[in-house]
Amino acid sequence: MSHRLPAPAGTWIDRAQPLTFSFNGRAYSGFRGDTLASALLAQDVRLIGRSFKLHRPRGVWSCGVEEPHAIVDVGAGARRTPNVRATLLPLSAGLSATSVNCWPGVGFDVGALTGAFATLLPAGFYYKTFKWPSWRVFEPAIRRMAGLGTAPDRPDPDHYEEVSAAPEVLVVGGGIAGLAAAVAAARAGAQTWLLSGGMHLGGGLGWRADAEVARLEAAARAAGVRILPRTLAFGVYDHNLVCALESVSAEGQRDLPACVLRERLWKIRARSIVSAAGAFERPLVFPDNDRPGVMLAGAALKYALAYGVACGRRAVVAAASDSAYAVAGALRAAGTEIVAIVDRRATVGAAVESGGVRVMRSTAVTAVFGRRAVRGCRVQALAGGTPGRSERLECDLILNAGGFAPAVHLHSQAGGRLRWLDAEAMFVPHGTAAGVVSVGACAGVFNREVACAHASAVGEALARGQALPQPPAGGGEGTQVFVPLANVRGKQFIDLQNDVSAQDVALAARENYRSVEHLKRYTTTGMGTDQGKTSNVNALLLLGEYTGRAPPQVGTTRFRPPFAPVTLGAIAGRRAGSLYRPLKQLPAHEWHAAHGALFETYGDWRRPAAYPQRGESIESAALREAGIVRERAGLFDGSPLGKLELYGPDAAQFLDLMYVGTMSTLAVGQARYGVLLSEHGTLVDDGIVARLGEQHYWVNTSTAGAERTAAAFEEWLQCELVHLKVLVTPVTSCWGNVTVAGPRAWQWLESIGLEAALAPARMKHMTMRTSTLDGVPLRVLRASFSGELGYELNVPATEAARLFARVFARSAEIGAVLYGIEALQVLRIEKGYLHIGTDTDGTTLPADVGLARGIERKPAAFVGRRSLSRPAALDAQRLQLVGLQPVDGRAPLHVGGHIAPHAPPAPIDGRVTSSCVSPALGHPIALALLTRGSQRIGERVRVYHLGTETVAHVVKTPFFDAEGRRMRG
Amino acid sequence: MMQLRCPCCGPRDESEFVCGGTTHVPRPDLNSSDVSWGEYLFFRDNPKGVHLERWRHIYGCGSWFNIARHTVTHEVLAVYGMSEPPPAQMLNGVP
Repeated sequence: MSHRLPAPAGTWIDRAQPLTFSFNGRAYSGFRGDTLASALLAQDVRLIGRSFKLHRPRGVWSCGVEEPHAIVDVGAGARRTPNVRATLLPLSAGLSATSVNCWPGVGFDVGALTGAFATLLPAGFYYKTFKWPSWRVFEPAIRRMAGLGTAPDRPDPDHYEEVSAAPEVLVVGGGIAGLAAAVAAARAGAQTWLLSGGMHLGGGLGWRADAEVARLEAAARAAGVRILPRTLAFGVYDHNLVCALESVSAEGQRDLPACVLRERLWKIRARSIVSAAGAFERPLVFPDNDRPGVMLAGAALKYALAYGVACGRRAVVAAASDSAYAVAGALRAAGTEIVAIVDRRATVGAAVESGGVRVMRSTAVTAVFGRRAVRGCRVQALAGGTPGRSERLECDLILNAGGFAPAVHLHSQAGGRLRWLDAEAMFVPHGTAAGVVSVGACAGVFNREVACAHASAVGEALARGQALPQPPAGGGEGTQVFVPLANVRGKQFIDLQNDVSAQDVALAARENYRSVEHLKRYTTTGMGTDQGKTSNVNALLLLGEYTGRAPPQVGTTRFRPPFAPVTLGAIAGRRAGSLYRPLKQLPAHEWHAAHGALFETYGDWRRPAAYPQRGESIESAALREAGIVRERAGLFDGSPLGKLELYGPDAAQFLDLMYVGTMSTLAVGQARYGVLLSEHGTLVDDGIVARLGEQHYWVNTSTAGAERTAAAFEEWLQCELVHLKVLVTPVTSCWGNVTVAGPRAWQWLESIGLEAALAPARMKHMTMRTSTLDGVPLRVLRASFSGELGYELNVPATEAARLFARVFARSAEIGAVLYGIEALQVLRIEKGYLHIGTDTDGTTLPADVGLARGIERKPAAFVGRRSLSRPAALDAQRLQLVGLQPVDGRAPLHVGGHIAPHAPPAPIDGRVTSSCVSPALGHPIALALLTRGSQRIGERVRVYHLGTETVAHVVKTPFFDAEGRRMRG
Repeated sequence: MMQLRCPCCGPRDESEFVCGGTTHVPRPDLNSSDVSWGEYLFFRDNPKGVHLERWRHIYGCGSWFNIARHTVTHEVLAVYGMSEPPPAQMLNGVP
């Protein structure tokens, strides 16, 4: 039975602050300073959860981040946090936690039935079983059984911060070695930070050497070290970047405000990094070594001294390391009876004392009694590998002291190598990694004085930029490696969370999964939330045994961040909700909203799709708006259209190199449509280029291509055409675009006061003039995407809303209307105007869409020109843009519909790219890419879409006003 | 996330930059063969070692510049201007 120890045990808890909490619906009590695990242990709650695959009963195993068993879900609703390690969760008033991976409860779990089928579920069973009649039959059930906790089903109400920092020296780990290094670095003048994953400093020794830790901490603060507690470094990345997660507001707290700062993600790029991450205790492997009551020895001592919790009354210590003896002695002094130290080794180190405790040498634990709690164990003497006399020991606690595994993660992530120390049975860092120096237990140095001296020397050397001291020889714990016993009953577990046993490792070796990386993936050892912190070394040692290789030959699996689970919220930071994908708004957005705009998202912009009236649908609104534009006039917001200004003596020459057409021959005030190609010759953007001066051009791009095209121009000028004198300035957001189109467009603009020099008779189509309206500068482009007489008034963005209001005030007398994107699509389809990316794809060349006229006559080697003479570019079977008209004149064609000679399966002849019902013509029309389209005008083709077939005529475009009289007049 | 030293702005996080791929790739002229043009478009060396590439400080000053980066360790061995030739020792592939 576990219970609470009297003071002075429990240096981390405050007995004056009792707290109540609930676990699986039952109420318990603890103290402030407890973790959920320590509080449950104090209340003798030994059954915490069920293992992943076999649903075996499990209890608390460790006292830290390496915990594989005590995984719980905390909280409810939007603040539910799954898969929290109870060993790290601070107890708070009203905390509510539940077991995971069990139903209906941890006490009675239906999933335990899988245990009965354990022999059918060895490692990799899903590669060999559940195949007939089909894996799909079993997949849903097996997927439901996978996983541990339950994710929240509501958006996270809290927020997360991200902070960058750049101290000179960063120490990861707040143990004695880390503190010593930080003190030395700070005293030598370096700006030094120290990250401690836990709330308390002191690391592996802290709760045994309180006075020394307090002294070092005071020295660190006095020297100016910035200490961040509850900040776990989870990875080191390129160029010395350490990422750490600070727990600001722990899980499970009640009565929090609606939104709190939960966690803070630190991105710390230090000049030097000191890894003082400590070491994990390694367990022994014996049958049923997963029962509640089997724990790590150091953890039991930590619970006793730091939390004042006895994990049991009578303990057996299973040992293969000298460390067991000091721990046993300390536990005994704290009030736990040590039944025996069962040491598998024949001899122990000379300095080790047993202190009156019974010691059994060359003896191993061969059986554990009790399912939901340890009731006893059987030990057997081994002499030369033959089991001898056996004895049953009554105990409620079995402690593992099998040696240590240095936490080499940061060193390895930074690219550092490892070497194997045979005498201590551990991998230690070999040399330093890029920017990362290891000190203390994680470097394999367990002697306190030696570790402190080395750490101080390292801290000072890093601060002064001097050569690093030689690392001391590691080890000193006198560990030996032992393979699991043969000829014993029961599962001997290697990876506790994923239920990987010695038999599974043997199976992997038998099936020739000899690489340690294959072992990991085939058996799933080391793939749980604990990432094998207490099992990876045992697994590779065992694989070595079965395949006749020494540990350095087997090697370790690759160390990858994160070291411990990181919440997605912390990674997302502020980039959530509306900030996940910020959308751009028109400068006159509010004005449009006030005038009935129905906004949709087009690319990065929120734009009016239409301005529906009297409950009409978007489609009806679009047809109505388009019809009025053709008949009278319409007002459109074209502000998102990309705008660039080009200046310089070489601007004309530059544009000739960028565009398919020739822009250097433009007269001042003249404008021309141009297309841009990639070096593959494919269409990437289009727009109107206008000349405002001898060395001054106004370039419109497509909305989607605004940033892309500006970047492409910049790359050409800075990287390739470095001798051209051209400045490119993106001005998309500087100017609003008020577009007026329709037969009455000029009448309308005249009525609001636009100067007479802009009248159609005096300003030709495809020209641009500067003008003013009541002192507001305008750049007026007479152009048309609708096919009607059109004026684009470019106005400073701050004046856009005012100009829209001024123009729209006269709309009633003109009979004009606001129109949106959908209406614009109808208008441009009627004219056969293509939209890059809709009617073209990544293979479409200018000749495919009828834009190749004049290329041969152009001298400049424009971008993509060479690709236009590739064999594929000259292939007669290329897709070409044509118009389609359904024969029955009723049902519109579907965009994406396939043109094929007969019903599928059939070779594809082309596809429909744009489609609408034409109000001007009264029947549906479409644009399509069709093989040899330009030679098939007049043919009938069949269009297939989701089981339907439509017959259509291939026609030339434009469908309407082919000579363009309406816009040129 | 690497840290790159922009020639104008100094050391900044990789997220402020955009990579422009291999640098110093000669562009064949209009009279080149289809094979050499195709190799220019589609073929690039993929060295396990020093790679010469261009980056743009797009969320900063907007400048393009060249770097020599070791593709395994990500060590940046040189940073030089867009119009400059690579430092002599880079050309041998030996940092």
